[in-house]
Amino acid sequence: MNRFAELLDRLSYEPGRNNKLRLITQYFRDVPDPDRGYALAALTGTLSFKHAKAGLIRELIAARSDPELFALSYDYVGDLSETVALMWPKTETSSPLKDTQRGHNNPPPPSLTEVVTTLATLGKAEMPAQLTRWLDELDETGRWALLKLVTGAMRIGISARLAKTAAAALGDKDPHDVELIWPGLAPPYPDLFAWLEGRGDKPANRDVAPFRPVMLAHAIETDEFEALDARDFIAEWKWDGIRVQAVSGRDDDGNIVARLYSRTGEDISKGFPDLLPSLHLPGAIDGELLVLREGRVQSFNVLQQRLNRKSVTPKLTKEFPVHLRAYDLLADDETDLRLLPFVERRARLEAFVEKLDDPRIDLSPMVPFDDWSIVTAARADPAAFGAGDDAEAVEGVMLKRRDAVYLPGRPKGQWWKWKRDPYIIDAVLMYAQRGHGKRSSYYSDYTFGVWTDSDGGDRLVPVGKAYFGFTNEELLQIDRFVRRNTTEKFGPVRHVVHEPDQGLVLEVAFEGLQRSPRHKSGVAMRFPRISRLRWDKPPREADRLETLERMLKADA
Amino acid sequence: MVLATQETLDMMRLRYGDNFAGHTQTIRYGETLRLNDVTVSFHPAGHVLGSAQIAMTCNGLRIVASGDYKDAPDPTCTPFEVVPCDVFITEATFGLPVFRHPDATREVRKLLDSVRLFPERAHLVGAYSLGKAQRVIALLRAAGFDAPIYLHGAMESITRYYESRGVPLGDLRLVKDMKKADLAGTITLAPPSATSDIWTRRFPDPVTAFASGWMRIRARARQRGVELPLVISDHADWDGLTATIKATGAGEIWVTHGEEDALVHWCKTQGLAARPLALVGYGEEDESAVAGGEDAA
Repeated sequence: MNRFAELLDRLSYEPGRNNKLRLITQYFRDVPDPDRGYALAALTGTLSFKHAKAGLIRELIAARSDPELFALSYDYVGDLSETVALMWPKTETSSPLKDTQRGHNNPPPPSLTEVVTTLATLGKAEMPAQLTRWLDELDETGRWALLKLVTGAMRIGISARLAKTAAAALGDKDPHDVELIWPGLAPPYPDLFAWLEGRGDKPANRDVAPFRPVMLAHAIETDEFEALDARDFIAEWKWDGIRVQAVSGRDDDGNIVARLYSRTGEDISKGFPDLLPSLHLPGAIDGELLVLREGRVQSFNVLQQRLNRKSVTPKLTKEFPVHLRAYDLLADDETDLRLLPFVERRARLEAFVEKLDDPRIDLSPMVPFDDWSIVTAARADPAAFGAGDDAEAVEGVMLKRRDAVYLPGRPKGQWWKWKRDPYIIDAVLMYAQRGHGKRSSYYSDYTFGVWTDSDGGDRLVPVGKAYFGFTNEELLQIDRFVRRNTTEKFGPVRHVVHEPDQGLVLEVAFEGLQRSPRHKSGVAMRFPRISRLRWDKPPREADRLETLERMLKADA
Repeated sequence: MVLATQETLDMMRLRYGDNFAGHTQTIRYGETLRLNDVTVSFHPAGHVLGSAQIAMTCNGLRIVASGDYKDAPDPTCTPFEVVPCDVFITEATFGLPVFRHPDATREVRKLLDSVRLFPERAHLVGAYSLGKAQRVIALLRAAGFDAPIYLHGAMESITRYYESRGVPLGDLRLVKDMKKADLAGTITLAPPSATSDIWTRRFPDPVTAFASGWMRIRARARQRGVELPLVISDHADWDGLTATIKATGAGEIWVTHGEEDALVHWCKTQGLAARPLALVGYGEEDESAVAGGEDAA
């Protein structure tokens, strides 16, 4: 565990991608199986034990410390695992001994394998005592790594892709090859390491309906079009749904196995039993999950009510019928199509969807164009360029190179997304709260409001919260403003002056609005962020709730 | 009028020029002075060279203001001394139980390990130029590092002053006289603000270290872009603060300059009367100073 903790600690401070790769590869080189395999699983997020809830960690520290001191410490540090790792008191038996003087009576700190395999079979009731024992045995870095691991919240800036690339580097292999066989592998990956070290054959991918790592698009800026030739690209609508991969295969008995995956490879089939029978031909479709009512695509707000439900009732599937809008075909029966150019995959997709002949699955249409001005016009007014009644569910345009092969990750220059302009309002900063993690010493979470008429007078009503969108320089400026203009403090929250002539106006950009009975203002924003600081604007000139209500009507 | 130890007055002069005060008076550790009904004495605070706690006694009541202090060993200044008193005014820079400073020699070992691991890179150690820099140098010497240590220009006068007061620091050189390639494998000390400055471009692929008690908190280290955090502090940590409060025997504790709330709470759980003492110009300001320039931690 200590060597793994050391790796996580080094990685957490290392900014450079190449240095990170070197550190991880070196770790794989130094550490034997199965520890390194479990480390790879931890870094790629594929360990499957029941995570300890934050509540349990709080109970453990509560049993060992004063609750008020813990609360103050946590507010200061901003990260639960780190707070507990730092303030965990030394036990009676180990306190008089330095690490080097540890007697044989003290148990050695657990190995990563011991931690992972124990967690896999540990009953819920045994968890607290086991964690306490480990926390007593580990040093501060070890405790930090253990808590990150058991809570499933590593957040050390390592993507699964980076960890796999580091593994591939161990045997000078192409990381793409590791991605391809990955779905058939399981921790602690002895076959993978044997292959990487030249001691074994390349493992085969045996899953009949595997997930394929998705290809992502870069956001495009208006001035970037000049460098691109319109003839090289195909345009499609960018749908405001969720990206899914619908995969079907045949098991050994010839039966169809159908699965629906999220863009990260999470199997979400259980949530959509109504869609699975439609996937009756072997293949892998990349597309958008939408809710359709009478042939019309519903807004994201409607789709959201269908997502993350614990149980899927007949009422729910009837009220929110899901639909797959297909835009790519990664496999046709057993044939992998990913290394074909996009135009050829598109032709295969059209044939595949026709053969499926299912009302729940249709093609995402192409947007015809011969120069960028038409794409610009289509993005501004999708209804007039073929999206028709579905225009409300279009959040922009996708541009894909005709010759683009399907590569996992976000390869440069292949796919572009060009989102439509966000909604913009001017709101007044009302409350500020310290951020977490990197931002724990800054007031970086802002609640903002707009004016509304109340009992004959104007008053600000909170309409949302944002904690990004600003530059680091702007963060410093707002932080300073908050500290100098605090009117009251409530725990970690500061009330910031917000009078008609005194206060800070924030330009807030967001993607959509939704009615929300849970919010005092009655509306909730989607994806709000601070787009500009309006030092020039007095708060009394900020927007009113009526403006938001008008946007809501236009949206519905 | 400034009443202070000789070292403090000398360093104020170095920093602020000859006219830093209208009038000065020197006092030695342990020396007593009467001001009307009040007896005043200065005692070592162990924070930096010349730092002092001030004890004031009047009608049998003794109040001690600690100023910044630490109870950890430091070869560059007189060790901290517990002064029994009735009211103890303590600092609380690291007044949270998450702050437990490790042994400073272990942290310096980490720096030397890194120098060995990356012999082609320069190591740049951010350290407050009064006290911390000299302590890090002394710790490096004690660990057997006897190669030249390089200094940012802003550190020169205070460091030379330490040497003149009998603190041996070995072979020290100014970094400005050096060629880039010759700085590979070396250690340079600089004020924290300089380690993220374009000044660092003179070093070959520098590893940025920072010696401060704040380095105990990951977010703090990352905020500054520190790659090698060294938890070395000239302030008492949580255990030091609580042990000192008990040792003074004071029944009333005033807490200032830092994380007052937690320490006040702890005092109350120990049956001690305690309250935060808000000093103008401390606390809030400090935090922005940490984000920007130097800090004394």
